[in-house]
Amino acid sequence: MELTRRWQGWVFVGPALLVTLALFAAPMVMVVLTSLYRRSGGLTDRTVSFDNYVRLATDSTIHQALWNSIEVVALTVIFSTLIAYPFAYIIAYKVPQKWQALVLLLTVVPFWTSYVVRSYSWLLVLAKNGVINQTLVSWGIIAEPLTMANTRFATVLAFVHFFVMVSTLTIYASLRQIPKNLGLAARDLGASPLNVFIRITLPLSIPGVVVGAFLTFVLAIGDYITPQIVGGGNELVLPQLLMLQVSRMGDFPLAAAMALVLLVIVAVVYAVSAKHLTLERRR
Amino acid sequence: MRKTQLTVSLAALSTSAFLLASCAGGSGDAASSSDSAASGDVQELNALVWCDHTDPELLAPFEEANNVKVNVRDYEGTGVALGILEQSQPGDWDVFVVDSVDVPRVAEAGILAPLSEDDFDFDQFFSEVQLPEIHQLDGTLYAVPEKFGYNTVAFNGANVDAEKMRDLSFLWDPELAGKIAIYDYYIPVMEFVGLELGIEPQNLTVDDLPAIEARLTELKAQAAQVGDVVSTQTALATGEVDVIVGGGEFSTSVLNAENPDLDWILPNQGGIRWQQAIGVLADSEKQDLATKFVQYIVSPEGQAALATSSCYWGMPANKNATLTDEQKDILRWDEQSAFIANSYPYYIPDADLDAAMLDVWTRVVVG
Repeated sequence: MELTRRWQGWVFVGPALLVTLALFAAPMVMVVLTSLYRRSGGLTDRTVSFDNYVRLATDSTIHQALWNSIEVVALTVIFSTLIAYPFAYIIAYKVPQKWQALVLLLTVVPFWTSYVVRSYSWLLVLAKNGVINQTLVSWGIIAEPLTMANTRFATVLAFVHFFVMVSTLTIYASLRQIPKNLGLAARDLGASPLNVFIRITLPLSIPGVVVGAFLTFVLAIGDYITPQIVGGGNELVLPQLLMLQVSRMGDFPLAAAMALVLLVIVAVVYAVSAKHLTLERRR
Repeated sequence: MRKTQLTVSLAALSTSAFLLASCAGGSGDAASSSDSAASGDVQELNALVWCDHTDPELLAPFEEANNVKVNVRDYEGTGVALGILEQSQPGDWDVFVVDSVDVPRVAEAGILAPLSEDDFDFDQFFSEVQLPEIHQLDGTLYAVPEKFGYNTVAFNGANVDAEKMRDLSFLWDPELAGKIAIYDYYIPVMEFVGLELGIEPQNLTVDDLPAIEARLTELKAQAAQVGDVVSTQTALATGEVDVIVGGGEFSTSVLNAENPDLDWILPNQGGIRWQQAIGVLADSEKQDLATKFVQYIVSPEGQAALATSSCYWGMPANKNATLTDEQKDILRWDEQSAFIANSYPYYIPDADLDAAMLDVWTRVVVG
């Protein structure tokens, strides 16, 4: 009986385990192995070495690209959260409950378009003869078009537009789980609305903020498309440098090592924020 | 309460769906082909190509005539193609489009199959692009020339004086500050910058790189963008920039119908001449079909479609390409002799110089 139950467990877990091994563990082992090879004379030298990691540790160009990535992603996380929080708050507490599902749906609808198309759309909006510049010039606010496309500003703006929705949904989910009684009790005891927000609502919604920030960080730190399309290649982030190694040199070993660096960064951020990474209400 | 849970669940579900959708937004440049031959008892041919060979207008006639489906995967740079071949199983690929200058090293590595000269009418090819010293190894033909053009300067004639563009040094003029896009293929662009310094591509060495890096850094300071073919084309077409450094007919010809002001020029200092060749892979199990595809590509009809591919235009190697007069005008057919005389064949550095050039390039563009 005990044996049968154990086998039942394996039968249920087995398919998921096999899929994970085949589609995650095995490729990951291959990436790690590839990162230990090196590109030499136009070919891949399969002698195991740490050359790529030594280069990652010592090459100031790679450090600069990594720093660019961290700066861009940090700005994205900060602005996404600052915009998403009040938006989620309004949906959760100011919009009548019967309309909330519809508002959430409307929040998501613009993101059903292709990510690439949306990035190119931003490029056209921010271009020198784009909507913003044309409007500002025609109103006489500026004499010459501003340079907005192909800049870090454009990359962060496109990222923020994209990730505000993620954070809105996670913060909203967190806000909705805060018992209304807590706020009512606090008000009853003389707390001002600001006090209720600072001492009850905000602390209890932190898990939603952290989940949104974490998802934003994970997706943005590895993103190649947005910096490439709207950033204009003027200031490379690490994924762009990684793609440069692959697309121009075929240097898969160095690219694999860079990919693992990104993975380690994500793991570190996960470790730091792990205790908040849940949308379930804590008791 | 159940309603609250439902709405929260909707939020979580929306997040998941959104994340899945965002993950699915890749560029996906893997194999593709026209659907014309996707039925019946169809053979398949796998071709590793530059993006101009992915145009269905080019592939469809061959597919229909031979009841074959051509799967194409595009790449940029021979290093990448060799990486893809390295990671593939023998026989995965049948046809290989490669920079002509790389044919000797690729043939020497045993990657290309020998071709029979009898299968091709070399009298139809422009004499300047036949280059048997490149396409043959020890007297054996390994690849056939198919297309050529120039890495030089493309510009918007409505905003930039074409006469000024004849001097390569004008690119560094403050007048062009913020109006330049740089094509992100480092080898031809760095060779082009080298021309401004009086360094001919074939004489470029590691010792020249500091001077080129300094000049390239100055050029980068002038640039609004560093990007691939499509993004630099977009920047020129939308007016974001007025000049593409490293661009040429491949940047502007396809846009000519929409905006005839978009033009290109070979400066007095010269330009870099690129040339593609096509061959059959040695491990292909479909040698005959692959050879037939190569013959189609260099035929007058195939050459016309390739020269005017939707990805980028370029001069056909076959002088009998069935192009219209208008298409020939856009390609500046009649001026090719002068252009060839004033341009340098695209020079591929050895692996060490190549790596050193990429290091310089990344230092400049990382910012």
